[in-house]
Order: sequence, then structure tokens, then C-alpha cells
Amino acid sequence: MMDISQHYPALIIAIPLFAAFLCPLFKERIKALATLAILALLATLIFVVLLAGQVYTSVAPITYTYGSSSPGLTLPSGYHVPVRIIFEIDGLSILMALITVILALVGAIYAYSSIKDESGKGKFFALLLLLTVGALGMVLTGDIFNLFVFLEISSIAGAALVAYYNYRGEANEAAFKYITVSSVGGVLVLFAIGILYSEYDLLNIAALGNAISTTGLSTLDLFALALFVGAFAMKAGTFPMHMWLPDAYGEAPAAVNPPLIASTQASLYALLRVTYIMYGGAVFNYTTLGWVLIVLGVFSMIFGVLMALKQNDIKRFIGYTAVSQVGYMLVPFGVGLSTIGDDVAFGTYGITALQAGLFHMINDAIYMGMLFMVVGCVYHATGKRNMEELGGLARNMPLTAIFFMIGGAAVSGVPPFNGFASKIMIYESIYNFHPLLSIIAIVVSIITLGAYVKAFQGIFLGPKLKEFENVEEAPTSMLVSIAVLAALVIVFGLMPSLVVKTIIAPAANALVNPYGYYAGVLGGV
Amino acid sequence: MINWEIVVQNFPFLVVGILMAIGVYTVTMKRNLIKIVIGVEIIESAVNLFLITLGYVEGAYAPIYTMAPKAAENNMVLPTPQALTLTAIVIGLAVTALMLALAINIYRHYGSLDVRVARRLRE
Repeated sequence: MMDISQHYPALIIAIPLFAAFLCPLFKERIKALATLAILALLATLIFVVLLAGQVYTSVAPITYTYGSSSPGLTLPSGYHVPVRIIFEIDGLSILMALITVILALVGAIYAYSSIKDESGKGKFFALLLLLTVGALGMVLTGDIFNLFVFLEISSIAGAALVAYYNYRGEANEAAFKYITVSSVGGVLVLFAIGILYSEYDLLNIAALGNAISTTGLSTLDLFALALFVGAFAMKAGTFPMHMWLPDAYGEAPAAVNPPLIASTQASLYALLRVTYIMYGGAVFNYTTLGWVLIVLGVFSMIFGVLMALKQNDIKRFIGYTAVSQVGYMLVPFGVGLSTIGDDVAFGTYGITALQAGLFHMINDAIYMGMLFMVVGCVYHATGKRNMEELGGLARNMPLTAIFFMIGGAAVSGVPPFNGFASKIMIYESIYNFHPLLSIIAIVVSIITLGAYVKAFQGIFLGPKLKEFENVEEAPTSMLVSIAVLAALVIVFGLMPSLVVKTIIAPAANALVNPYGYYAGVLGGV
Repeated sequence: MINWEIVVQNFPFLVVGILMAIGVYTVTMKRNLIKIVIGVEIIESAVNLFLITLGYVEGAYAPIYTMAPKAAENNMVLPTPQALTLTAIVIGLAVTALMLALAINIYRHYGSLDVRVARRLRE
């Protein structure tokens, strides 16, 4: 009797991947397709939860070695270094995997009604599942080249989905931008992998980190690090290379937005994995790297919210606030990284900043996914996406209006929603590092609130317009998927300490313990 | 005096650098979408060439066991860089195909491949 509990990591990838390739067989039968996708993602969610149980009870990361006689066998006899592809799951990986699967599931439920009248439904669900597989693989893998492959899978599937409404010229334009940025970013990652391979003959993240920490940091290592940071920041939509993000998010079908956000955050995860774990063991000047992230974050925050103010297109408006929210994650990550060499500072506020950043990452994925789906409902019902042409929809679409209000309040950090819970942690911790950062963050939040009030008023309030007299509330499946995320927004907002303690703290602890990660994978080499 | 021996030894890396520069220039400066696709391809080729160059070890044998000479024992290169390159080529092909398909669609909608025309998403 095979013990299935060892094989959860492989099943988490295999189930959605298999389902993805079944999808085209059903062609245009929406019911069968949605059922297949939802069941596959539900099964994946169950396995992620079961795996989470293992991760939280084990000290070392859970390893899964492909092609070996036993999944835990990371070093085959006679080898000093791992030669196989290994999945390494610690607290951070499982946190990201959880949020990815939930967002993909919600997207699949939403898609059931939202793409009913489009063609190419089979391909849509296949790509949706592939996008999920890409993001899941990125967060679970412990092999840097494997990470590149999954990154490309998610980029290609994501770009194809952005162009799903291919009868719109803008959708093709946005997809072209997205794939150009992602593929150049991906190739830079591959270049950095090549540099590291030339030096250490290794591809495993733990083994590479161990090698870098024992031999010390060379100039080539720093060059590779710069390439990694540049490429992943580019793919995560931070300031200088953010322009693809509002376009791609704005043009993608609303059902794709949640998994697309998950794949963007998988790039942020990769940034954390490389900086905190792979280079975490080497002694070098963390402060400089930390400040690079902080500056990128501050610019993303300010620039994103200022651009959001002048948007008339509702989806692009939310896209620009998403750029601004990426800044809220990068700044605390940078603060955490800057303080890593200083035990006192790290103990007092560095670790809180890191936890706050991770918490905000999860919260952002939830409320951003929700907001995109809410404006997707508006577009679905009215066929319009210009704020100036919309108005007075609150009477006909009361639930949508309420969900928009919840999402807008969460994004701008209004209590009692989840955005407030993580933002207050961010303000407090980065204030200790540099008061100015905290002030900027608060001001940007206030501007965000103003922008959302304006948008709410533009879309939902005002006199009833004649052309929208017969507009109906969005279909049930769309409302259900939004309600799932709205419930998470409220629960995370009401019980922040419980959430931080159960899922965020293990992730933060995993990040600040690179040696534990190396030893856990390599068996104390 | 230039040490020509070192230049010749590092010639592949020099080519990688030049290709990379040409590719980045093409992607950022050219206005035709097809040329941007070509630029991305050139950057990919540069990285593939880099990986292949890493796989070459002077005096070592190709990792093919069938009918390998006696001298090849314990003196074979690790085929990892070649495997990486193959994977990267396949991924590159998928990216190129998708980019060209999008370029065709853009041409249908805008009647042009010029990025200055195809930019309704500005602002």
C-alpha cells in the first residue's frame, strides 16, 4: 500500500496540470469545463491544506525529490550535492500556495458566468489552470532552474489569457507588452542562473545558498543577484517597469485577474526566496539591498496612486492602485532586509516589518482579486468601463456596490477590514526604521481612500441613468466568488493576530533562517 | 599590449555580451513589433550561447556512454547546461509563437505594426 501522504507536493502540481490538458476536450461546454476546473482546484486545495499540516508540524522544510526511490532522499548515495529536482516546502511556500489555489478557485467559479457568451471556453479553462500550475510550481520548487520554467509557464499562460478578448485591439496590445516584459525578465533570470551554475555547478537553491555562504560573495554573485532582483521586480510590477501591470490587469477578463495577481506575487515570492534565503547566508551589506527595495517601493506607492487619480477606465484605475499596493509590500521587505545584520533592530521591528509585508501580500491578493471581479460585474452588466459614462448603479446592483465598498475600504486601510490590519503593522514597524517612510505610506493610503470614494461615487451613486434602467444584478456564481473573498477580507480584518500567528509567523521565521533551510534540505552538510 | 590568448579564450563570452547589447537595443529602441520579437529572440540566443559555452570543458568527452573510448571514463562533461539550453529553446519558441500571434492580431485591429500607432492604452 503506497503511502499517499508523502506525495502531496507532486499531486498539487499534477492534478491541475492534468485537468488543464483535459479541458480542450470539452470545447464549448461551459458546465462541464467549470465543474472540471473547480473540482480539480478543490482537490488541489485539499492537498495544499494537508501539506500545510505537515509543514507546520515539521521543523525542517518538507522535501520531495523527483525520481528518487523515496521522496525524502535529497542526496542519492555517493553524491555530495543534490542532482535531482527537489520541491522544498517551508512556511512561506505553503502560505503562497494556499493563497494561489484560493484565488484560482475563485476565478474559476467566477468564469462560469462571466465567459458564458465568449468562444474558446475550453482553451480559457486550460490556460487558467496552467497559469495556476505555473504560480504553484514557482512557490513550491527548490530548484532555481525549475523556478525559471514555472515562471515562463505562468507568463505564457498569463499573456494568452490577457488577450482572451482578442476582438479588442487593446487586449492584444496589453498582452504583447506583458509577454515582452515577462520574457525579457525570464531570460535575465536564466542568465543569472547560468552565472551561478558556472561558479558552483549547482542549481538547487539550498545547495547554492550553502555554497555562496561558505565561499563568500564574489563579484559574479553580486552581478547575478542584481539580475535576479531586477528581473523579479520587473515581473512583480514595481516602479520603473510597472507600465505593463495596469494594462494587463485592465484588459484581462475579470475571472483571470485573481490568478494573475497570484502569479505576480509568485514573482515577489521568488524575490524574497533569492534575497533572504539564497543570499541570506552570505555576509554582505544587506542595508544597500534593503534600501534598493525601499526606494523602489516608495516610488511604486506614490506613482501608482497618482496615476490612479487620473484614470477614467475602472479596471485600469484599480490596476494603478495595485501598483501602489506593491510598494506597500516592498517597503517592509526592504526594512526587514536592512535590519537583518543588526540583531537588536531586527528583533524590535525588523521581524514585525517582515511579517507585516507578508500579511499585506496575502491581504492585497484577496482584496485586489475581489475589486477586479467587482468591476468585472459592472462591465458584465453594462458593457461600459468608463467612469464618466457610468452612474447610479447602486439601485440596480446593490450587492456589487456593497462589495466595491468593502474592497475599497480594505485597499485604503479602513478598519475593520484586512487592509487596515496589515497596514497598521507596516506603519508601526517602518516608523521605527525611518519615520518619513511611515508618513509617506499613510499619505498614500489617504489619497487611495479619496480615489476610491471618487470611483464609488462615479460608478454607483448619482442620478439613475436612463440607459441603465434595465441593468440587473450580476449572476449568482460571480457574486458567490466575490463573497468568498469578501468573507476572507472581513475575517482577516477581525482576527489579525490569529492569522499572523498561524500562517504568517511561520513564513517569516522560515525567511530569516537560511541556515536552517540549507541544513533541512541537505541534511546538515 | 593585448593578450590575444585571453581574448580568444573568452571570445564566446564577448559574443554573448555583444548579442545581449544588440538584443536590448532592439527591444527598447525599435518601433516595429516584429523587430521587438526579433530583439527578444536575440537576447534569448545570447543566453543560450552563454549556457552552451559553460558546458564546454577542454579535454573532456561528450557524455555518451555507448562505445565511449577508455579515456572517457571519469572524464565526461556534465550534460546539465545542454539540458538547460534545450529547455530554454523550447520555451523561447513558445514565447515567439505567442508574440507573433499577438502582433498579427494587433495588425488586424490597428492596421499597423508601429508601436506609436498601437498605443491606445497610453495614460
